[in-house]
Amino acid sequence: MLTFTIRRLLLSIPTLLFISMVIFLLLQLAPGDPMAQVPLTVPPEVKQKMREALGLGQPIYVQYYKWLIQFFWVEPQVFLDWATRDSFLLGWLPDTNFSTFIDPDSGAVRPVQRAISWQTRSPIMDIVIQRMPQTLWVVGLSYVVGILIAIPIGIYSAYRHYSLFDQAGTFVTMVGFSIPPFFTGPLLIVVFSVTLGWLPSIYDTTHVVTDWASFKIQFMQMIMPVMVLALQTTAQISRYMRGAMLDNLNQDYVRTARAKGLKESSVVLVHVLRNSMIPVVTVIALGMPAIFGGAIITENVFKVNGIGQLLLTALFANDLPMVMTLTFIFAILIVLFNLIADVLYGLLDPRIRYD
Amino acid sequence: MTEQGIPASPIEADIETFGALVDKEPSKPPRSQWIDVWQQFRKHKGAVFGGGFLLFITLAVIFGPLLWDVDPKALDIRNKNWRPVYQLLFDSEAKAGWAHPFGTDQLGRDIMAQMIAGGQVSMAVGWLAMALALVIGSAIGVISGYFKKLDFWLMRFTDLVLSLPILPLTLLAVTLFRQPLNSRFGPEGGMFILIVGIIGLTSWMQTARIVRGDILALKEREFILAARSIGTRSGKIIRRHLLPNVISPIMVSATLGLATAIITESALSFLGVGFPSDFPTWGKLLSDAVSRMQEFPERVLLPGIAISLTVLSVNYLGDGLRDALDPRLRGR
Repeated sequence: MLTFTIRRLLLSIPTLLFISMVIFLLLQLAPGDPMAQVPLTVPPEVKQKMREALGLGQPIYVQYYKWLIQFFWVEPQVFLDWATRDSFLLGWLPDTNFSTFIDPDSGAVRPVQRAISWQTRSPIMDIVIQRMPQTLWVVGLSYVVGILIAIPIGIYSAYRHYSLFDQAGTFVTMVGFSIPPFFTGPLLIVVFSVTLGWLPSIYDTTHVVTDWASFKIQFMQMIMPVMVLALQTTAQISRYMRGAMLDNLNQDYVRTARAKGLKESSVVLVHVLRNSMIPVVTVIALGMPAIFGGAIITENVFKVNGIGQLLLTALFANDLPMVMTLTFIFAILIVLFNLIADVLYGLLDPRIRYD
Repeated sequence: MTEQGIPASPIEADIETFGALVDKEPSKPPRSQWIDVWQQFRKHKGAVFGGGFLLFITLAVIFGPLLWDVDPKALDIRNKNWRPVYQLLFDSEAKAGWAHPFGTDQLGRDIMAQMIAGGQVSMAVGWLAMALALVIGSAIGVISGYFKKLDFWLMRFTDLVLSLPILPLTLLAVTLFRQPLNSRFGPEGGMFILIVGIIGLTSWMQTARIVRGDILALKEREFILAARSIGTRSGKIIRRHLLPNVISPIMVSATLGLATAIITESALSFLGVGFPSDFPTWGKLLSDAVSRMQEFPERVLLPGIAISLTVLSVNYLGDGLRDALDPRLRGR
């Protein structure tokens, strides 16, 4: 299992390099000009200088190489410096100074050049880290809620196969599967914000929770985006859960367990559930990248100021370094969680060992 | 042996002993596989409804303009912001009437005509993108299942494409390639080609994997060995013997592909990177209406319901097809 994991980890390096190259080359074809917003009074030769300052005058492979260096070498250094200086966990370690260098001309200590966003001229990673909490709260919570709803539904509809509950559950999951979030979102807003006036239609990211009243506001504004996303998760996972339970309920070991005189609850909730969770756990792991990637559409509907929204605004503003970094972070997460799902599958199910 | 009356002849004895096995009526003519499939399919009520609704909506958007020949782009600023006709039930003062059954928008364009025109685009994008994804997926699946040398590389390639972040890349590609294609094929044609192409190119992977798995199993069967032993060429084996046997997984993934394509197109339009603004599609109508949904909720509901019902019916159709095409489930 360890050799399998190591082999897969090594294989994921060329995969990620290839993906980053695909994204980079796609972006090279972009017709947009980052200087399009600069006023017309700026003379062309100054514009050309500004372009070169952004690193646009270089050949493609130099640009790609520099991007790789900044993503894989400079940013981890900055992170290490931050971790040993300010973070709670590692702050007691002696401060590192990887991300600064001494200017040979003046002798002053200066920070290294980090990848910057063309839109805001500030380091991309700082913006990503600013936006991360909103996305993790809304999307992550919806994932947890979705799983918590889906698993009991899946178990019960498999246990009472073809019952009324099963039929209704299958119908609801089918509906949840089919209705896109850009329809459920506005629908909920029409019903609960416009007609009933119970919930706010816009997610206020600047809201700070300090006491019970502000917690209540935060709770109210999270209900709708979380429920829209949870519907999708529930639909998907309860289908898998039901299928896995159905596969296991007819197995011989279930009959043995019943013949031994075990209680029905322990047969279903211990013996069958544990075996049925194996494929479901991997499906849950495979859905994780979507949490970090943010739900672009739902964030857009409820105006959540998260990663998905960041990607969308960066795309429209022609902010290529930001788009490149975000897309590549999504790719890393997908590759990583694919790997985790495979390893988990092998660990949980001894019949499937890859060596 | 117990003592029994000895029968006159052994043949008569057989008839007497095995009398229960003699058919009471002449045997039915053999039934084809597709009749079996159809009978199993008919048992799944949701699938029948789904198939029926899909047929209905496809016919409605094809023949709708003949029955409702209002130009969806015709402006009629005097009759703007009509409510749908059912509004008269609650409020007899409402601006509504049978001239515009679904009402008109803020520029006075007829919403019913827009829904039909939008449906045409959405369904066309869905069907074409699905067909493209099926062709690519089946080709890659068959080739990598049949030719051992290519298998490793094609499957690594499939894994690679599967680990691309699809929605961000789709958004990226649409924003990047919009201008060059628009200048060549016009704003609508260019966008159509772009969206169909992108959806097709990013959703073939599941089909390829399923088809490859089935081909790998089929390739070892005796009838393929027989075909090869009489000197059939690879191309003919694939066309005559392998493809007809993998038609059922292809059909099931076709329904999934159609649903995904319709949703993706609407999502792109909703995010504002789809078709140009005066060109109606269901997703576009929905996203245009969101800003005014407090006053006119029906403009969000109508396209939303159209998208959701279509996708729901396609999903049910896929469920029923999967059951009907699976010989282990058939005849239960």
